[in-house]
Amino acid sequence: MSFFDLLVEPLRYDFFTRGLVVGVLLGATCGALGCFVVLRGLAFVGDAIAHAILPGIVIAYLLGLNIFVGAFLMGLLVAGAISFISRHQQLREDTAIGIVFTGAFALGIVLISRQQGYTRDLTHFLIGNILGIAPLDLWITGGVTMIVLSGLCLFFREWTLMAFDPVHARAIGLPMGALHLGFMALLSLTIVSGVQAVGIVLIAALLVTPAATARLLTDRLSVMIGLAALLGSAAALTGLFLSYYISIASGAAVVLTSTLWFGSALLLAPQRGLLWNWLPQRTSTHSSF
Amino acid sequence: MSHRNSASGVALEAHQLTLRYPDSEAVALTVEHLCIHRGQRVALIGPNGAGKSTLLKALVGLLPVAQGSLTIFGRHPAARPQAVAYVPQRREVDWQFPINALDVALMGRDVHLRWPRWICRQDRAKALAALRQVGMAEHAQRHIAVLSGGQQQRIFLARALAQESPLLLLDEPFVGVDTTTERVIFHVMEQLAHTGVTVIVATHDLLTVEAHFDQVVLLHQHLIADGSPQQVLQPHLLAQAYGGPLALFQERMPHELF
Repeated sequence: MSFFDLLVEPLRYDFFTRGLVVGVLLGATCGALGCFVVLRGLAFVGDAIAHAILPGIVIAYLLGLNIFVGAFLMGLLVAGAISFISRHQQLREDTAIGIVFTGAFALGIVLISRQQGYTRDLTHFLIGNILGIAPLDLWITGGVTMIVLSGLCLFFREWTLMAFDPVHARAIGLPMGALHLGFMALLSLTIVSGVQAVGIVLIAALLVTPAATARLLTDRLSVMIGLAALLGSAAALTGLFLSYYISIASGAAVVLTSTLWFGSALLLAPQRGLLWNWLPQRTSTHSSF
Repeated sequence: MSHRNSASGVALEAHQLTLRYPDSEAVALTVEHLCIHRGQRVALIGPNGAGKSTLLKALVGLLPVAQGSLTIFGRHPAARPQAVAYVPQRREVDWQFPINALDVALMGRDVHLRWPRWICRQDRAKALAALRQVGMAEHAQRHIAVLSGGQQQRIFLARALAQESPLLLLDEPFVGVDTTTERVIFHVMEQLAHTGVTVIVATHDLLTVEAHFDQVVLLHQHLIADGSPQQVLQPHLLAQAYGGPLALFQERMPHELF
């Protein structure tokens, strides 16, 4: 069997091809949007949204609706609750997030625990199943990809300014609240569309890891975004083929591939890599100020 | 620098002004009356907590006016963000952000851009010209983290210049910078004053005030004195703000002032 055969063989299965397309789209979307998540320090927020949408998913599932709808409505509700609680000046925003997401997650578990076969269903939502994607979900993921990538193009300068220098952004009169809300809506949309594929627990990895890897490889934001999208898609491809041939959980295989690449970049990246700094005669020119 | 010249040539005017700290009732600064004319280089001096930064923030529209009136070229500060360029004191930016010097300078153009904010060749040329003006053109493509503190300060000055605003505000621009940067800042201020741009600088460095500024405003939670450097740099006035000259300012003040 040649290498080409190895690549083509699993494509005989529709479920695999669908998983592959969803994985590539999701990898690109999460990677690109993840750059702003990483640069604005929103990794915890992303993880929290993913956990908090569990009750929405469960209710939609029990009612026989598309779980995307339930998840998205729950995402909006949670974002609203977080901003409502953090209006109390005694509480910091990360505290509000910690309260809301764990509470919502627990509610989801309570709802599932009333069902028969509770552990199996819970595992399904927590881990996801990228090879169990329905044709409709393919279209949803495609739509979300279009929306997120065009949003990134249209608001690139605004979000860059907000992430880099919020004081300047406010001084020149950018509508900070609306821009933040718009970003959070796209983030929720991305997370919700990714939950079916890699599950609640691992979706944050798709947002954070490719973006962080890209950051180690470049000093330009536009390059970083492109690179993160590419790394996210490539990790999805690699992970899915790995999961097919050595029979491991698909979502976890994708995340682990991404993690491995991050580790390599950390070790080997030019200028900043650990190995680069260990080389005796090349003392780093990348000094801080 | 094309902007409408108000008939009186007044850049800034404050009347019965009260400014409060954000999210608090505590009064940060009161100003009975203050007038700054166009093309002046103005030093805001006073001890820490005197209200220098507070006044600058109110001018950029980052802090609301609690009472009284504050106008820039006859208008409310938040009404025309294009009119004011601002270089904050402790720049709350992420120095590890993936961005180079030219991109920072280009952000000065955003105040003139409309959504979706495509950068055109003219904007790029203006950003480069601003970098050249502060002697940073050869560093345009370098990442900001590899620049020295003074060079970083000059990049942010370039961003403010690229904004082409008739009013430039600098908050403590001389803290922790090299002599080259200090020279560049004074030179730029002089050039701007010649073209009719008003420059207001909050500074601790009283030694340079006499040589480089046209007007000095001495603050300590309220306006203590306002006038030419010779008029304001008087021991009895400075003592009112700094609370006793000898203990605090022996080293920093020129001896002839005491």
